[in-house]
Amino acid sequence: MSTDPAHRLAPLVPRFRHGSRVPGWDDAADLTKAPAVLPDPATTPVPDDLRAEIEGYMARYPDRRSAAIPSLFAAQRLHGWCSPTAIEQVAVVMRLTPAYLTAVATFYDMFETHPKGRHTVYVCTNISCALRGGDHVYEAMLSAAGDDPDFNVRSFECLGACDIAPMASVEGEYVGPLTEEDCAQIVADLREGREVLPDKQLRRRPRAVDLPMGDGLPTAGGTAPIAEGPTAAGNDVRGEKDM
Amino acid sequence: MAELLFYEHIDTPGLNTLAGYRRQGGYEMLPRALQMDPGDIVSELLASEVRGRGGAGFAMGKKASFMPKGDMDKYLVCNADESEPGTFKDRELMQKIPHLLIEGMTIAAFAIGASRAFIFIRGEYAHQADVLEAAVEEAKAEGLLGENILGSGFDLELWVHRGAGAYICGEETALLDALEGKRGNPRLKPPFPANQGLYQGPTLINNVETLMNVPHILRLGGERFAEMGVRNSTGTKVVSVSGCVKRPGNYEIELGVPTRDIIYGLAGGPPDGRAVKAWFPGGSSAPVLPGTAEYMDLPYDFDSIAKAGSMLGSGAIIVIDDSISMVDVALKTAKFYRHESCGKCTPCREGCNWTVKMLERVHTGEATPMDLDIMASVCEQIMGNCLCVLGDAMAMPVGSMIKLFREEFEAHIEAARERAGLGVGVPPLPRGPLAGAYPARTVIYAEA
Repeated sequence: MSTDPAHRLAPLVPRFRHGSRVPGWDDAADLTKAPAVLPDPATTPVPDDLRAEIEGYMARYPDRRSAAIPSLFAAQRLHGWCSPTAIEQVAVVMRLTPAYLTAVATFYDMFETHPKGRHTVYVCTNISCALRGGDHVYEAMLSAAGDDPDFNVRSFECLGACDIAPMASVEGEYVGPLTEEDCAQIVADLREGREVLPDKQLRRRPRAVDLPMGDGLPTAGGTAPIAEGPTAAGNDVRGEKDM
Repeated sequence: MAELLFYEHIDTPGLNTLAGYRRQGGYEMLPRALQMDPGDIVSELLASEVRGRGGAGFAMGKKASFMPKGDMDKYLVCNADESEPGTFKDRELMQKIPHLLIEGMTIAAFAIGASRAFIFIRGEYAHQADVLEAAVEEAKAEGLLGENILGSGFDLELWVHRGAGAYICGEETALLDALEGKRGNPRLKPPFPANQGLYQGPTLINNVETLMNVPHILRLGGERFAEMGVRNSTGTKVVSVSGCVKRPGNYEIELGVPTRDIIYGLAGGPPDGRAVKAWFPGGSSAPVLPGTAEYMDLPYDFDSIAKAGSMLGSGAIIVIDDSISMVDVALKTAKFYRHESCGKCTPCREGCNWTVKMLERVHTGEATPMDLDIMASVCEQIMGNCLCVLGDAMAMPVGSMIKLFREEFEAHIEAARERAGLGVGVPPLPRGPLAGAYPARTVIYAEA
């Protein structure tokens, strides 16, 4: 590497002529300062209804930053995913940097940081569902959706509906207990724009003591409920998300 | 059986509306509470000895009494980020009796002097959040929320805040960060939220079921409430039973009933021809207990389960029957925590990751029993060394599975080794904290 100071990667430590470092050279970074420029409102058009929605969220909280998650949801609904445009539009309304919002969006599982199909299907593959065949339902759902770009089928952590295990959240609607055959029905219902499996929706389920005793395991995959180790699709979505 | 507080009339049509809730005696306690001295409400909560229903089991009255007095911006936050695997009680309660939560929160906010309250609900619960938002609107229209509630001069602004899918946000300080619009990383404690929480103000954070108990405590009186249940575990508890049982679901029980009555009585027990091999007493973060008669007779309350070496946690029982391999359960559990670790503390981030890698080696037969010792020591080194207990929540169940079912793990390794043609027998090495805990065996390697 050249010894020319202009080619150095890090800035030089400022020094007095006698060699000592100038005090303050290693002060901590000012974390309250914006680390990047805010998008220019003049060149960043924001749809009026999105702007109104975000401003509504900001008015709810003592600190406007609290509106980050609801606002990103609003932008994701509009754009289909948290695209750079979506992030910039939120940033310009909330007066936050795109870097800050990207950091938030990459932390949470429900924000898509890559373009995805518009039909979102989360299949629970956590313990309680896996004990009843959740992994097989996930495989079946993947093959039912095939390579249709309209579908975004993901294995998800416990969705909090172990009473209807194995279950899935189809565009926010909880359905279960699912069999492998139900997966094709779900995909067909979504394609046709019908209500998804009305008789298996969680919202219609009465309290448990009023239900008949089941035969136990309406599993989709027989007696080997938990899928195999490292190669199984399982919960291993680590690569998709930043930690 | 004592009276049920929540589930007696939970399926009454229209209970999720204000009118339906009023027909069941709803919002009767609110005007009475607003006439009381806030300190007296806290005293009732203290007398009821109600413990937090979210997992830690900390006495709610004590938590409320830690809130500083005086005129300042105080906050009440309801933790509805129910993400613990196996737990689904808050989902049903919020969906079916949302106004009970609102009434409980209004009373609790009045007791601690908070003027702003938030319900932090996990983003996946879209329907439940819609129900809650509709209920909040109804309550606001009737003057049960907002400014000058029922003419008492008390103001409360309440918002439903949806999360976006992160298990860690169920931890109270991570929840506060998420509510402030940041990445959900836990904070260093102290300062505890009661001193410095949301927006640096004093904050009371309670679980949905805990806050729903508040109107009942005032209705019955703290001492009468404390008569329900057993000593140090008062009241009823909604238990979520899932896994290998005939009828999974939420059941409300009086604390202290035998576990057998829940698993075999209410949930129907394991499918015919199978037996309970192990069970999680309180969500996937609790160490597993064996399914033997001795453990089935355990009274289901905070202290008895703790004495047996586990914890009641969120009251979620996951039943594992004898057709399931514990290696699979351990791997599934560890993978969940690896995915959900926020990555802030090294012991948790690396410990969860390496535990998964070692369990995968166990699964494929590439491990030795020494790996089980290493896993046990990794688990020991995670516990108590992080800002929050997510790492502990991985270490405790996985550690307990290795301890209780060590023979099964070893047999699994050997079987997998043979299948993979890696050799017969497993070399035990005289190292590690548990060296000598298992008998040495002759090692015969496969011919190269």
